[in-house]
Order: sequence, then C-alpha cells, then structure tokens
Amino acid sequence: MSLSTVNERPGQMNTGNALELRGITKMFGALAAIADVTLSVRPGERRAVLGSNGAGKTTLFNCITGDFPATAGIIRFFGEDVTAFPPYERIRRGLRRTYQISSLFAGLSVLDNVYLACRGVSRNRYSLLRPRSDDALIHAAEMLVEAVQLTAVKDRLVGELAYGQQRQLEIALAMSGAPRFILFDEPAAGLSPTERRDLVTILTSLPAHIGYIVIEHDMDVALRVVESVTMMHNGRVFKEGKPSEIEDDPEVQELYLGGGHG
Amino acid sequence: MPLADQAPPRASKGATKTAGPTSWIEQIPAAWWAAVLVLLAMPLVANNFWLFQVMGWTFILGMIAVSLTFLAGYGGMVSLLQMSIAGLAGYMVAILGPSGTTSISLGLSWWIVLPAAFLIAAIFATLSGALAVRTEGIYTIMITLAIAAAFFYFTRQNYTIFNGYSGFNLVLPPRLFGIDWRDPTAFYYLCLGCAALCYGTVVYVSRSPFGLALQGVRDNPRRMAALGFNVTAHRVAAHAFASIFASMGGILLVWQNAQIAPGTIGISSAIDVLVVAVVGGMRRPLGAFVGAFIYVMLQTFSPDVLGAFGFSAERFKLIIGIGFLAVVLFSPDGVMGLWDRWRARVARRVDPLTGQPR
Repeated sequence: MSLSTVNERPGQMNTGNALELRGITKMFGALAAIADVTLSVRPGERRAVLGSNGAGKTTLFNCITGDFPATAGIIRFFGEDVTAFPPYERIRRGLRRTYQISSLFAGLSVLDNVYLACRGVSRNRYSLLRPRSDDALIHAAEMLVEAVQLTAVKDRLVGELAYGQQRQLEIALAMSGAPRFILFDEPAAGLSPTERRDLVTILTSLPAHIGYIVIEHDMDVALRVVESVTMMHNGRVFKEGKPSEIEDDPEVQELYLGGGHG
Repeated sequence: MPLADQAPPRASKGATKTAGPTSWIEQIPAAWWAAVLVLLAMPLVANNFWLFQVMGWTFILGMIAVSLTFLAGYGGMVSLLQMSIAGLAGYMVAILGPSGTTSISLGLSWWIVLPAAFLIAAIFATLSGALAVRTEGIYTIMITLAIAAAFFYFTRQNYTIFNGYSGFNLVLPPRLFGIDWRDPTAFYYLCLGCAALCYGTVVYVSRSPFGLALQGVRDNPRRMAALGFNVTAHRVAAHAFASIFASMGGILLVWQNAQIAPGTIGISSAIDVLVVAVVGGMRRPLGAFVGAFIYVMLQTFSPDVLGAFGFSAERFKLIIGIGFLAVVLFSPDGVMGLWDRWRARVARRVDPLTGQPR
C-alpha cells in the first residue's frame, strides 16, 4: 500500500470532470477483465454502465475505488490523480460505493453501521471515547437512517434485517459524510417492484451536486435515474450516449437486450 | 445498545437493545453486585496464600489474557506476543528501577520507571504489530510466536541489558502512600483494582469509535477501507492499545514474584495466555479473567490431586491440555459461551409473554 500525503492535495488540476479514467486496464493473470477503458463524468452527472455479465462493470468499480488497483491507466478524481491511492484515501476525498452483494456489518446495529460510515470519513477515527448522544455524527447517522426509511429498525442488528432493508442500508452507507461521487453496483438487484420505486425516489432525490455511476440490469430503473449511458462489452467501452439513443441502438439491442426485451 | 446510549461499561455483548430512562446503576444485574461484594470482602476471610498467590496471579494472568481477548475477540488477530509484552514491561521496571542486580539496574524513581515501561512495551507492540498485521490467521500466530521466541532467547543470552539466564531479583514495588504493596491484602486490592480498570476499559472502548471500527475491520476489512478507514493503521493501533493491559499485568507480575527471568516469558507461557483466553472465551472480556481463574486453580491445586494418584505435579499441564481440547471441541466460545447457553436455556423455560415458568 503506497503512502500518500493525507492533507495536501497535489495535482489538483481542474479538468472540470468529477471522474476521469484514461486507459484503465485490469489484468487477472493473462485475462484482461477490462481493457483500455477511457471515461469522463462531469460533476453532478448521473450515468449508467450497462453490459452483460462479465463485461467488466464491477471490475471497473473496483479499479475506481482501489479495491483492486488497476494494472494500467490513470484515474483522476475531481482533477486529482488518485491512481496510486489506497481505497480509504479515495473515500476520504468524497468517493463512495455500494456493493452488488450487501457488504455490511451484520453483528452491529443499523445505526452503528451508518455511524461507522460517518466516522470513517471524519476525524477522530481512533477516538477511545464513546460518542455522546448529542454527537454531531450520531445525528448525521440518524438523518441518513431516516433518509433510507430505516428509522423503525435503527437499533436492530443488521443480520436480522430483510434483504431489501439491507440494500437500503448499503445506500445509506454510501451517502455518509459529504459524498461528491457515488458508485452504485446493482442497487435494485433482488428488490421487489415497490422497493424499486423507493430506490428510484432515493436516487433521483439525491442533491444535484452528487454525481453517480449506476450499474443496473433493470432498464426501467437504470434509464430513469441517469442522463447518460456507457455500454460495456468484453471489458471495453462499446458505446456512449443518452438513454434514448442507447435504448434504440440496434447494435446494443442485439448485444445486450437480446431478442427477449419487451 | 445504540451508540446514543451513554450507559457506561456493563457486562453486555456488543450490541444489545436495552435503552430507556433507567439509570446505569439499575442496569447492572444482581449477580454483578454479588461478585463485586465477594471480591471486595475476600481479604476478610481468605488467607495470605489465597490472596497473594491464587487471586493475585489470577488477576495478573487475566490482564495479560484480556489484552489478547481485545486483539482476537474484537480485532480478529490472534497474537502470541502478549506475554512477551508483559515481560518486557516487567523487565523495564527491573532495569530502569531498583533491583538486586545493581550493576545493571538504574534505580530511577517509580514515576519515571512506570511510564517508561508502558511506553517501551507499547513501542515493541507497535513494531511487532506492524509486522504481524500484514498477515492473516495462522500466519499471524506464527509470526508473533517467532517474535516471542526471539525475544525469549534474546533475554536469555543478553547479559548487558537483560542479565541473561538469571534475570533480576529483589524487584519491589515502590512504597507509595506508606503502604507495602507486597503485603498480601494490599497486593490483592492493587491487582483487583488494576484488573477492574482493564476490564472496564476494554468494555468501554469496545463501544467507542476506535473499538467499533476495530470490530468492523475484523468482520469486513475491505468494506472498512471503502468507508474511509485505514485498516492496516487501525490494526497496528489495536496492538499498541492492547499492550497497555499486558504491560500492567507484567509490571504487577514482576512485583508479585519480586523477580523476572527469561523463564517468565518462555514459549509455554506465551501459549498459556492463549489457552487462558480460549478457555475463558474470547467473545467477552470477562472470559479472560474466568479463564485465568480456572487456569490458576488447576495450576495450584491439581498437583495435590495428581500426587494422590502418584503422578508428578508437572502433569497439571496435562489436565489443562485436556480441558483446552474439551473447550475447543465442545464450546469454541469458551466457558463464557457455556454460561451464555445455559442462561439462554433457563430463559427459554420462562414464558416470554407472562414471565411465568412454563
């Protein structure tokens, strides 16, 4: 893990983009999970990444957050080169993500989960003192729990929650602190139609300055919450455009939607 | 217990759901009051051997074991270094303070010696922790065992600082407040107070941001990094923090024995700490002290029983080994786990609606 300066922000070039990927490649052995992906997203822009299974969508997220560092390429986050940064440094700069398979702390309560997320992007991560009940971060955590409609179960252990509630909690964790850009990995997977509607509401009501990329198979969800779409195929960017363009594109339909759509 | 709850340390698991206006004193179960009373009143009835040897050693061993429980139970890091850390703190007290080995001991006063002992032990814990946290599971055990073995042989072979095989004797506690702290009753209360402090601190910190995050690191390090936590640094900090409890135990140990030598920190002692923590149960800090009590009882009284059957007194380790096996096989969360399950079974006999026995 490379050491990097925590507070200084060198190379803060204003390229005007929230996220800029240049030639991102991730090799697993001899296999390129993603190859030469170049992508830029404006601040506040909301984009869907579509593609069949194995297209490299989640790998792309892992490269952006640093969960698995990219083999080659450059990642800029609000102008700053974060390619060599460990994940926590990227998160502290306002990047957030959710996981396709809920990745929560099952032995802790809902509020504790969100509180940890708030604590992770604030100071005093090593504080030995218990927070007071009027602690600002406790308050922030309660607001987030409220925002994802989990207040009724905030003291329950996460392991006891229903699947849909765990998915909502994933989103609350990603909204902690002051996010500037969020990566949502299949947030609607496994949700009921009602829960999907709630999800669309949550995503569309995010503050306008928060941009995001969402990986989503459900076109009804994906195309309603984004203004641009990137199609991936076999680890490469295949097409970019507005939702309507992508939806009507015959090549895309053949590749991704198959014959079965509609 | 939600984080918002300000209730101070209690014997509760990480996250229970009791909340409400009851004061924290009312939340302490009656069994705890009874235990506190027994422990406080023990010098009235117990003899000096019991107070000084049995209970003193129980508290000391419990403190060293609770530092492992903190690392392993909350941090998921099984370290065999805690006895070495305790030993180093004990050695520092002997080397920096007065001892019978005047050619080496500096004879500094206690208010320099004690902070220095804690600090040096913490530095040792931090450095070895920094090596150990890059490994997982069995490799953490191996690397900490290797460091513990290296430290043991170093103290045995180094005569300029550690005085080699013979170590240091006549290491006595300072006469603070005019009290002879090696007097059995005084030493008993000193150990009881330190053990209670360690226990309370572990329980309190387990619900602090540092402790919560440590449990997060244990359960899901990757997610913790994705929440902005530096997982490696957090683990190293846990090693440094846990060294405080081990050091406290080590300093009391050198005072209890009035001496320290390499034998104190040998490989078997390092493993004994693990045995104590596992037998007691690592899911709760109290387990360390329960395990220590069981260990000391066996160590103290099984030689008599074994002798009656014509076995050598050394064979008490056989009994402890069999006990360890039984615990690992039948109750992986130790004696405290057995206790929890028994309590749960009793609770199930009571109708949850009426509170009446079924």
